[in-house]
Amino acid sequence: MGMPITVEIVDAPDAEAAIQATFDYFTAVDAKYSTYKQDSEISQINGGLSKEKWSQEMREVLDLCAQTQQDTKGFFNIEHNGKLDPSGLVKGWAIEQAARRLRNRQIEDFYIEAGGDIQVEGLNTAGEPWKIGIENPFNRHEIVKVLRISGLGVATSGTYIRGQHIYDPHAPDKSITSVKSLTVIGPNIYEADRFATAAFAMGERGIAFIETLPGFEGYMINNKKTATYTSGFERFVEKTNV
Amino acid sequence: MRTTRKVLVAFGIIGVFFAYTFALRGQKTTAVFAPSGQKTSGTQSSSGTTGSSSSNSSGSSDPSSGSSSSGSSSGGTTSTYKDGSYTGSVADAFYGNIQVQVTVSGGKITNIQFLQYPNDNPNSQYINQQADPMLKQEALQAQSANVDTITGATDSSMAFVQSLTAALNQAKA
Repeated sequence: MGMPITVEIVDAPDAEAAIQATFDYFTAVDAKYSTYKQDSEISQINGGLSKEKWSQEMREVLDLCAQTQQDTKGFFNIEHNGKLDPSGLVKGWAIEQAARRLRNRQIEDFYIEAGGDIQVEGLNTAGEPWKIGIENPFNRHEIVKVLRISGLGVATSGTYIRGQHIYDPHAPDKSITSVKSLTVIGPNIYEADRFATAAFAMGERGIAFIETLPGFEGYMINNKKTATYTSGFERFVEKTNV
Repeated sequence: MRTTRKVLVAFGIIGVFFAYTFALRGQKTTAVFAPSGQKTSGTQSSSGTTGSSSSNSSGSSDPSSGSSSSGSSSGGTTSTYKDGSYTGSVADAFYGNIQVQVTVSGGKITNIQFLQYPNDNPNSQYINQQADPMLKQEALQAQSANVDTITGATDSSMAFVQSLTAALNQAKA
């Protein structure tokens, strides 16, 4: 992963130890699943490591990837150029695992954010649901939406993840280039992340896919600076905008 | 900048670790954990010290700057911060810029704020009819609000850390 991670904990006596444990956990996840690390388990698997040597956790994660591929009719696919890269699922999965570990410490009010994906629990320091801004993909120091969320996951997929080839005007699938970002709210960050990844791959039809999923809402921004959102999305929007 | 960011992603080495507490209704502990090799993008003159009230936090350690356990470049010394309000340098978040303002009170970080720059509203766009009647559409509209965190598809959080680092460097006693 190699991305910055932010953890905020409210009113817990062991907050600093819990935060350190969270960072240690992400370090371990990165060591195992990063395709940029030559000695990671996933790199060894891509190098031909025999299946009986795969760890139990890796098998479970790859099973989740296969399940997500089914659930998204193939739009979620971890195989690229003959190699496996589960990072589209591991990020949300790892945040959710880390959140679970904080809840096991009886920590109730926190958020964990990694690479723009967030799991929020409980209330912020002001005693209110966590206030989350959706970044303007056209202007990074702007927010285009303010959400109030507790006990859910928020993931945003965008062209950054797919790389610069998205901007190639000769790309065969022009529908993908028209979606700048897709934010998905789901029951937890694992679910939100895997469906945000797949829905983004569907281009402008992705938001309609999110609409079909009970318990999920989405906010899609296209290259015309127009947002399309699901029918239940507004209940998360902050009521008063300053 | 793009190449530098790829290198950071490629190595994913642990770098700077921040922790601070916030004494208001409750104690908030936040830490940001970033790949090493983070370069502070220069310093800006601070906006001057402000009168500060003493922090009510208890049982908290001084904010530490330095490496975490997995080994990285910066040293592991703790340091205290001078009271005041400090503005980090503008950091490139690839699609745009981020600037962070840090407030130190009682030697501890008491507030971190994204500086928002007002911008013209996007021109109203022709909104196409959607085939799916359940979906709704709207033009993007900039919001002016302080939020707890931001969701986005970029490495903007890395730019946040860069700007935060620059601000904290000014604040060190």
